[in-house]
Amino acid sequence: MTDRLPPPVAAEPGAKARLSPRKKQRISRAIQYAVLVAIVVGVILYADWGSLAENFAKPDVADKALPELFTVALRNTIIYTVGGFVFSFVLGLVLALMKLSTVRPYRWISTLYIEIFRGLPALLIFLLITFLPLALPGFEVPGGTYGQGILGLGLVGAAYQAEVFRAGLQAVPKGQVEAARSLGMSAARAQVTVIIPQAIRIVIPPTTNQFVALLKDSSLVLFLGVSGEYVELAKFGNDLASQYANATPIMVSGLTYLLVTIPLGHLTTRLEKRKTGVR
Amino acid sequence: MTNAIEIRDLHKHFGKNEVLRGIDCTVETGQVVCVIGPSGSGKSTLLRCVNLLEEPTRGKVLVEGVEVTDPDVDIDAVRRRIGMVFQQFNLFPHMTALQNVMIAQQRVLKRGKKEAEQIARTNLERVGIGDKAGSYPAQLSGGQQQRVAIARALAMGPDLMLFDEPTSALDPELVGDVLAVMRKLAEEGMTMLVVTHEMGFAREVADRVVFMDGGVIVEDGSPDQVIGDPQQERTRTFLKRVLHPEG
Ligand SMILES: Nc1ncnc2c1ncn2[C@@H]1O[C@H](COP(=O)(O)OP(=O)(O)OP(=O)(O)O)[C@@H](O)[C@H]1O
Ligand SMILES: [Mg+2]
Repeated sequence: MTDRLPPPVAAEPGAKARLSPRKKQRISRAIQYAVLVAIVVGVILYADWGSLAENFAKPDVADKALPELFTVALRNTIIYTVGGFVFSFVLGLVLALMKLSTVRPYRWISTLYIEIFRGLPALLIFLLITFLPLALPGFEVPGGTYGQGILGLGLVGAAYQAEVFRAGLQAVPKGQVEAARSLGMSAARAQVTVIIPQAIRIVIPPTTNQFVALLKDSSLVLFLGVSGEYVELAKFGNDLASQYANATPIMVSGLTYLLVTIPLGHLTTRLEKRKTGVR
Repeated sequence: MTNAIEIRDLHKHFGKNEVLRGIDCTVETGQVVCVIGPSGSGKSTLLRCVNLLEEPTRGKVLVEGVEVTDPDVDIDAVRRRIGMVFQQFNLFPHMTALQNVMIAQQRVLKRGKKEAEQIARTNLERVGIGDKAGSYPAQLSGGQQQRVAIARALAMGPDLMLFDEPTSALDPELVGDVLAVMRKLAEEGMTMLVVTHEMGFAREVADRVVFMDGGVIVEDGSPDQVIGDPQQERTRTFLKRVLHPEG
């Protein structure tokens, strides 16, 4: 094999011309395609498509999921998520302001909270919530099952949301307050007119991410031992799957999650782009 | 007649770091005073003590005869009369140039929208960027942004203006536009305290030049004295470095 072009690095005379980087890249890509084709062919030939369809995509079982899939399960998922989101938004804002406070004990409390609730699995928090009535006799989480689910999601979400808010407020450069103050604005006026509008812009994309995370975590409500009218998507799919000994309802639930999470994900990407671009 | 700025025995410490160590300085109404000096000598801190972005540790600052270091003084009211221009422009990025110049007029001076907009447009014209009123800061060059920042300060109708290295963050070819605006302001009789490394500007425009080093004023006099014929060794060393950076 001979190269027309001289090798990029001067080779010693007599040494065989090595492959040019471009050629190497082409060969590597051809190999990757070959591997892909081999795997796809293998899967097509050896998978038992009949059995797979029978277990994961059986139309008449999927049919059984309607209309409760939307009228009960999705509705409840949204109730738990939105409730938990509002809870975590408010508590998160309070925690963020505490963390930025000049009063040291506030900072300690906020840091402690954030470390604990971010460090524990969300599932553990839900399990603990089911034991609350045992620990505090006579105590009931207001709102019953909804209340418990929202509390669990809110407590966990607040820790993450607090960090989102703190980062957003701190991301506004110090010069912004100084410019505002030098124009004669009071500290509060500067916050309202200059800092918070900028912080909100910064915080919107990660907050949408937080919402998606809560939506997925709402499946943990499953562990609160809910039933009947309180079931959300994951529990709903799981119950039907057990009933018919068929995984199709779980697939249907999954698709329903994606129906919400994928558009939200795209929205986040759009918002992030808008933030970095020229308005 | 009262002086625009009077600084008496001003000290500023950051923890153990004594940044200003007894500054005495007066700026008469209508004067342009340029402050020069090496990095870290306390020039910005001095400027920021005048409008209390930094709180002096000790000493007095009087602006138009009002002691701003008095704890009972309404600092927001004092700042309204002092325009400040920053090295990094510090425009509000979520507002257009026009809104940047209007917002404090509306929120602080309580001017109506119409009046604020008219004053804003006049001041944007004044700094030569009337056609950029609708642009966001990110769409403007550094020189244009700095001129918006100057217009924003001027729209408040300040008695005096503070400039902290207004051209240091600019590409060399944009420096001239901003200096031209400042020169015009000086000709119109604006009182200006300017931290700058632009020796040409200081020589031509300043009534007085102050050389600072290590938190004290080393030399204070006319531009011809301080830049043209410095008496102190420290001033000479500094000027040699600034005027002949290669040497
Ligand atoms: N907020 C602050 N906290 C602590 N130290 C500070 C603060 N601001 C300034 N300093 C210190 O004060 C000293 C003087 O800073 P200053 O910004 O006034 O200098 P400068 O003369 O403006 O320098 P430059 O030409 O680099 O802008 C520096 O040592 C700096 O580290
Ligand atoms: Mg400085």
